[in-house]
Amino acid sequence: MTHINIASLEVGQVIGTTEFLLTRDSLVRYAGASGDFNSIHYRDDVAASVGLPGVLAHGMLTMGAAVQVAVDWVGDAGRIADYQVRFTKPVVVDPVDGAVLVVTGKIGAIDEENRLVRIDLTAVFNETTVLGKAQAQVRI
Amino acid sequence: MVNPNVQGKKYPATNPYLVGREKIREFAHAVKSTNPMNLDVFAAQAAGYNDVIAPPTFAVVIQERSLATVLADPEADIDFSRVVHGDQRFIHARPIVAGDELVSQLEVASVKSLGAHSMVTFETKIYDVDKELVCTAISTLVVRGDE
Repeated sequence: MTHINIASLEVGQVIGTTEFLLTRDSLVRYAGASGDFNSIHYRDDVAASVGLPGVLAHGMLTMGAAVQVAVDWVGDAGRIADYQVRFTKPVVVDPVDGAVLVVTGKIGAIDEENRLVRIDLTAVFNETTVLGKAQAQVRI
Repeated sequence: MVNPNVQGKKYPATNPYLVGREKIREFAHAVKSTNPMNLDVFAAQAAGYNDVIAPPTFAVVIQERSLATVLADPEADIDFSRVVHGDQRFIHARPIVAGDELVSQLEVASVKSLGAHSMVTFETKIYDVDKELVCTAISTLVVRGDE
């Protein structure tokens, strides 16, 4: 059981907003933890050589951080039954200032019978939405 | 262009991957999780799990091992330097828990061409040692063609 009463929820309700600061340090940590050592995530020269505007955050890092808004709300990472995103825009991580990702979660749908709540996540970097169709189905 | 004939191709299951507690903690810190279920054994056990559980996107680590097999398959003919991650989905039957031994089996679900580009969708099923399904990871990669 969670502390959330499904009957009290409403579609459109905001469940939380979190700012994530992604620095080059974050990218190195994610590379090590995930095993994704593509050098466009830590070398400016390589990023430039393949025509990118700079070193990019791993899409999977953005995806992994964004879902924490839903995890924090439900309080148990094991209750995320289904999670999907589309990678629509890159997140360029400045060597000094990093990149600030602002993630907001809203209730998109409620299935009381199956005790599932769909959380729609919006991830914004530099006033641009970077994930499309970011949806997490949460077991309540 | 990706070889369309690999649509439906199933790759052999990977060797088992033993999910370590510290690996879960390391991954949780990397994705900026502060959820006690990812970090604290006692908190996870109080919630009914045997050990710390992995963040929802951890299955990518297992999926990656299967994906590497396809990218190395000359028949599929995928130029990794031209690959962009299009979308990703994880359908969890249960969370991944420290101590799990997991194997993954990948199938090429579809190959589509979009002008000069190819879009390849992979479906990776992740099973535990009891052959119970733990997670289905679905990944679409866009392989850029000559422009």
